[in-house]
Amino acid sequence: MFKKTLISLLLLGMATPAFSAEVNLYSARKENLIKPLLDRFTEESGISVNLITAKADTLLKRLQIEGKNSPADILITTDASRLHRAKKSGLTQRIDSVILTKSVPNSFRDSDEHWVGLSLRARPIMYVKSKVKPEELSSYEELANEKWKGRICIRSSNNIYNQSLVSSMIANNGAAATETWAKSLVGNFARSPKGGDRDQIKAAAAGQCDIAIANTYYLAGMINSKDESQKEAASKVAVFWPNQADRGAHVNISGAAVLAAAKNKENAIKLLEFLVSDEAQEWYAAKNGEYPVRSGIAASDTLRSLGEFKKDNLQLDKLGILNPEAVRLMDRAGWK
Amino acid sequence: MQQHFSLDTSIVLIALTLSVPVIVIVGFLFVPATEVWHHLADTVLVDYISNSLLLMIGVAIGTFILGVTSAWLTAMCNFPGRKIFEWALLLPLAMPAYIIAYTYTGMLDYAGPVQTAIRAVTNWGYGDYWFPEIRSLEGAALMLSLVLYPYVYLLTRAAFLNQSLCVLDVSRTLGNNTWQTFLRVALPLARPAIAAGLTLALMETLADFGTVEYFGVQTFTTGIFRTWFGLDDVAAAAQLAGILLLFVITLIIIERYQRRQARYHHTSQRHQALKRIKLHGANRFAAFSFCFTLLSLGFLLPVSQLITWLFTASEELFDNRYFSLVQHSLTLAAITAFLALVIAVLLSYGRRISPNKVTKIAVGIAGMGYAIPGAVIAIGVMIPFSTFDNWLDSFLVAQFGVSSGLVLGGTIFTLIFAYLVRFLAMSLQTVDTGLLRIKTSMDEAAQSMGLTPLQTVKRVHIPMLTGSLFTALLLVFVDVLKELPATLILRPFNFNTLAVRAYELASDERLADAAPAALTIVAIGIIPVILLSYSITRSRHEHKA
Repeated sequence: MFKKTLISLLLLGMATPAFSAEVNLYSARKENLIKPLLDRFTEESGISVNLITAKADTLLKRLQIEGKNSPADILITTDASRLHRAKKSGLTQRIDSVILTKSVPNSFRDSDEHWVGLSLRARPIMYVKSKVKPEELSSYEELANEKWKGRICIRSSNNIYNQSLVSSMIANNGAAATETWAKSLVGNFARSPKGGDRDQIKAAAAGQCDIAIANTYYLAGMINSKDESQKEAASKVAVFWPNQADRGAHVNISGAAVLAAAKNKENAIKLLEFLVSDEAQEWYAAKNGEYPVRSGIAASDTLRSLGEFKKDNLQLDKLGILNPEAVRLMDRAGWK
Repeated sequence: MQQHFSLDTSIVLIALTLSVPVIVIVGFLFVPATEVWHHLADTVLVDYISNSLLLMIGVAIGTFILGVTSAWLTAMCNFPGRKIFEWALLLPLAMPAYIIAYTYTGMLDYAGPVQTAIRAVTNWGYGDYWFPEIRSLEGAALMLSLVLYPYVYLLTRAAFLNQSLCVLDVSRTLGNNTWQTFLRVALPLARPAIAAGLTLALMETLADFGTVEYFGVQTFTTGIFRTWFGLDDVAAAAQLAGILLLFVITLIIIERYQRRQARYHHTSQRHQALKRIKLHGANRFAAFSFCFTLLSLGFLLPVSQLITWLFTASEELFDNRYFSLVQHSLTLAAITAFLALVIAVLLSYGRRISPNKVTKIAVGIAGMGYAIPGAVIAIGVMIPFSTFDNWLDSFLVAQFGVSSGLVLGGTIFTLIFAYLVRFLAMSLQTVDTGLLRIKTSMDEAAQSMGLTPLQTVKRVHIPMLTGSLFTALLLVFVDVLKELPATLILRPFNFNTLAVRAYELASDERLADAAPAALTIVAIGIIPVILLSYSITRSRHEHKA
């Protein structure tokens, strides 16, 4: 009996229906933030999508180890740095799609067309309305100023969004200046970094700090939360878009690569093209408060309430190239 | 003799197979150190070491005090509610550490309800008052102690219950009072059990990633992840993992050395009805309060927070996909628990019947996986499996022109194998502790009566071991139910579990939405926990009869 169950389970695990139209997806986007879109794609195209979600790093490892026999066709991550890492490890291949090159701006695509951005994630400064006037703020660089001593909340340097932010600073200002900046910034922390992005916003709302650095979709999630305390915390802070006079606010992407081992390349490209369609782009904004990667897509009401802003147009593969350097720099700066 | 030889061989083979992932990781130790290693040594390594050590010391003290005290109270004393506490004190086992960390942060953080209420009443602002910071090293030690003490409680209580009354009586006739009996006789006799419980708790502590990551405590485990992924250096990360392993090995050797030749089984099987110590007055109240507080902190409070979230803030409710999540979780947990038990019994016996160096070392390595973070184990499993898959594929293509693709990779088999590597220590420790209580002289007696080792096992040991075997089964079951990192990385397409669902939402900082899945894990976990305590109570009654 037991043996039977085991064998049937094994078969179940191996039964990848190789003959039907399908595409296999390794995704760092969580199931509930991608599955509805995939279901829509299947409805429209008749191509079924098989999904595994996990952290991007572990998916990358899995791809590396599985090698040329990996069943995966597409890798989706929630930052550019991991896509770069996938490319660097030789896991990806060139995507030839006129639709993708036309719809997605250059800076949000790999320079060799190995990966493409699907949605944008902005990381602005958020301030407590009762304590900080927006005129006092100007740029990320300016947060190193002594007047912010003990007033800034930001999460750990283990977090990829911080690693990317620092990478973008290195790309713009050079490593030496960025290290000096990071040291002063750490000196201005209100507390040793802990928790996630929402926790920084909550701590600011509760009075522990005056400034929080967080991705906007966390704030959007709090604004639309069913939980009154989250709504209230969100109402106490406002978004300040930094560096509007120069390069623009730091953005990262959620994006996708077609894998070198892909056995369903055509279907994979079809799926990516669907993911930049009007319908999908609007869905990202409405469901998760991310900005559309294409211009001319209506942002959700919540996103519109956060204001228009100028984006940093840094070529995003830089974030990946500079990531290890950023991590070391933060270690040296004492950014926990 | 023939029998011994084949038993030895099969044990070494099983142990070796299960050691492969650990060996793969340790293998990286021989890759020359890179310049990243110097960077680590210059900046963060001291923090990793001191934080990991402090965390272990904190959890050791915490689980010892909580586990041994509650075990002694419920095993030996009589006070109101004891019968309920007997099983209820095991409930925190069903609570994943990262979930309890999330709930306490929700309650005690600066922006949480407790501190907000304090500020509302007193009109204080930030910095006007002192409040313990939950997201700290101390906080992490507390969280882990609250969910890990049941290991110590479980094994120690079983040991107390199994202690022959004669020994305790002798102690009293020698003039020791209750307290002295506890300190001088019962506690030292329970030592293997306490040590086994503590070892499990400490290994789990070292492997913990979710709690320390959320609390911003930099330990070896967070360091491994950061080095591996952030600094993109596999070798340096594996070298950190290697140091972590050395920690564990040292821990185990110290314990084994201290125990040395001591034997802990009882020479009398005269287990009389236990005369529990009747507590009076303040003691009665203190015993009740201790157990009740422990139960509240480790279980009632976090569960009520989850329930509150479920009803007030959760946007994700139970839907039809839940059924398949529950089914997947249950299947994985049941299969793994059963296999782990069979293997643990085999290995444990091998070590007992032919205690030579080779079996000892092989079994020792096979039990090492528990201290290694799940994601690292997963990679240790994937490397050899995929190597085999790709070799087989190339071979078939070359010989027959057919491609087999991945045969093992991405199957349930891989996942269960990883669980076995990770959780074998759990069943091994439990079975070992049970076996230690059976005198070797009984084996010799059985042998002299012409029983083969297998017959000895069947007729003598199994009846005496049922409790331990059952415990081993259920502990692994609950652990697999809660397991996350290895499941995430190794599972097949379109295959989710409850833990994966809870984690995905929680890690998206949607704590409240994780409540349904988290509560389901806890609810399913409660069933084996109750069975467990029932079986312990029953085995005690059987001894009496």
